Amino acid sequence: MATSGTDTIQPTGAKPRPFFAPDRVLIYSLLIITSIYFLIPLYVMIITSLKDLDEIREGNIFIPTLKPTLDAWVKAWSAACTGLNCTGLAPGFWNSVFITVPSVVVSITVASISGYSLAMWPFKLAERCFVILLVGSFIPYQVFLYPLVIITREMGIYSTLYAVIFVHTVFGLPILTLLFRNYFASLPEELFKAARVDGAGYLRIFLQVLAPMSVPIFTVAVILQVTGIWNDFLFGVIYAGPTNYPMTVQLNNIVNSLQGVKEYNVEMAATILTGLVPLTIYFVSGKYFVRGIAAGAVKG
Amino acid sequence: MLSVSVKDLTLNFGAVSVLKNMNLDVEEGEFIVLLGPSGCGKSTLLNCLAGLLDISDGQIWIKGKNVTWAEPSERGIGMVFQSYALYPQMTVRGNLSFGLKIAGMSKDEIEKRVARASEILQIQPLLDRKPGALSGGQRQRVAIGRALVRDVDVFLFDEPLSNLDAKLRSELRVEIKRLHTRLNNTMVYVTHDQIEALTLADRIAVMKGGVIQQLADPQTIYNKPSNLFVAGFIGSPSMNFLSGKTIEGGKAFQFGDIRISLDGYDGGAVLERDQAVLGVRPEHITVSASQPAGPSIPAVVEIDEHLGADSLLWLKAGEKELCVRVPVEGRLPSGTKVHLGLDIAKASLFDAKTEQRI
Repeated sequence: MATSGTDTIQPTGAKPRPFFAPDRVLIYSLLIITSIYFLIPLYVMIITSLKDLDEIREGNIFIPTLKPTLDAWVKAWSAACTGLNCTGLAPGFWNSVFITVPSVVVSITVASISGYSLAMWPFKLAERCFVILLVGSFIPYQVFLYPLVIITREMGIYSTLYAVIFVHTVFGLPILTLLFRNYFASLPEELFKAARVDGAGYLRIFLQVLAPMSVPIFTVAVILQVTGIWNDFLFGVIYAGPTNYPMTVQLNNIVNSLQGVKEYNVEMAATILTGLVPLTIYFVSGKYFVRGIAAGAVKG
Repeated sequence: MLSVSVKDLTLNFGAVSVLKNMNLDVEEGEFIVLLGPSGCGKSTLLNCLAGLLDISDGQIWIKGKNVTWAEPSERGIGMVFQSYALYPQMTVRGNLSFGLKIAGMSKDEIEKRVARASEILQIQPLLDRKPGALSGGQRQRVAIGRALVRDVDVFLFDEPLSNLDAKLRSELRVEIKRLHTRLNNTMVYVTHDQIEALTLADRIAVMKGGVIQQLADPQTIYNKPSNLFVAGFIGSPSMNFLSGKTIEGGKAFQFGDIRISLDGYDGGAVLERDQAVLGVRPEHITVSASQPAGPSIPAVVEIDEHLGADSLLWLKAGEKELCVRVPVEGRLPSGTKVHLGLDIAKASLFDAKTEQRI
């Protein structure tokens, strides 16, 4: 095209947009409103947990306290009553830790190795196993509650922490195995072949070649499992037995106890304490979480 | 002594037969190139040799040992992959020594072998870098090094240059050739690039549909292709094919109503055939403006493609499109009427029914 003078040349493509374009204003106001909607309860919880009961009775739930105190936190942790025991949330916290750590470690170990086998060492029934896993990850838990009571009873672990660990591990396996299988299947196959030519065997390929490349998917699995198991209420209340209740069940017992004065500050502190573990995990690894979920979902 | 020997190898994936009853003998120190279009089974054959695929039937021998069911690491092979397949979390040194460590080799020996390989491939300055910090050409050198340190009898290359740009490709091609001259190992090299095949190979195995179509040295493959497929696949631009029949007891070829004498044809007994194909490479056709003494094909220049060193003329002889390679001085404007003479001594004649060379 002939262009004689510079004044006739028009740049092509869209013009840069002003910051306050209508759609941008809409998006940001929506985001801000949504954030406020979710942050206000957290704000109320925190300031209420720092007040004493007298101040709470005044009813100004949005106004911060002038004389903040950690008494409610201490009580929630070590002295709040759940039913007849007045030991606070501490035993529940430790129960949850004892449930979460082995469940996470065992389920991820087993699932990552199974996923690796399914992806890299296809055996005759591999496809069928894959379908079974797929179905397995969609069956609602409730269907298995009663059969598992009987199974754990027959195993002699019903009403112990081991029963909860067992159930969490089993239920974590299908979805985790799929997650790992899809991730390993997305790794270049030639890498696996190169390792075989180098003489590496089944476990060495997994541990020394593939696992170091798979930090993101392991992170995702840890996040999924820790938050899922920590937040679980159902399995804890059914299989653990009254002396082994995890933190979530104890929180429920504190908040829903019908006797005596309703101690809002203690309840708020207890709730925050219970949510602290998943919350920390989200904050620390949120980036991995989103990335991994997307990777696991798309590739496969 | 035979270095690699494939006997009646068959490979089926379910009902699909990928390699059919294949036989291939490779001499020690020979450079064999498996050449063919995508899906012809050439990479599959290489994977079978490496032991990465279990075969359905047949035997594989390497260096006088039956390795049909041996693990890849026990076969005395080193393999170089198209995507380099370097372990990303290890340094170059780690990549080179990984297999040696698994084999339980002593530290000194590993050190010595890594030093030698990196000297040969000139990658000493890269030893402590990770693959992510290397260029494509450097990565492929390291990948070759990983095969080199294993001190193996047979090198397997699976399209090692396909991921590189044109310039690097020709550089590394020369380097692989040099490596072969220096080490004199047996090399089996898979590619779909005929230039690589023609330049590197002692012998080329042209494959199609899981079957070796022709196994011969590059000269023979180029000059005397054994069938129509090989003739059309090798050479760029590809061979001109004239469909017609042989007459006069095989003394001449009839194309349309033009009689072309087969005097001087280098091949078997021609006989009379109703359906035959005469194949002539673009450089074996001469173009002249005036009618020559012998029989010739009249044609009209359609397009003139200048390639720098020489030039391609695309012509129409009746309905038939032909391509002729001419020197740059021989360029002609489109629409020019010319006469084409064929160099019968360098042509190939095929039976149209069996597609085999006569």
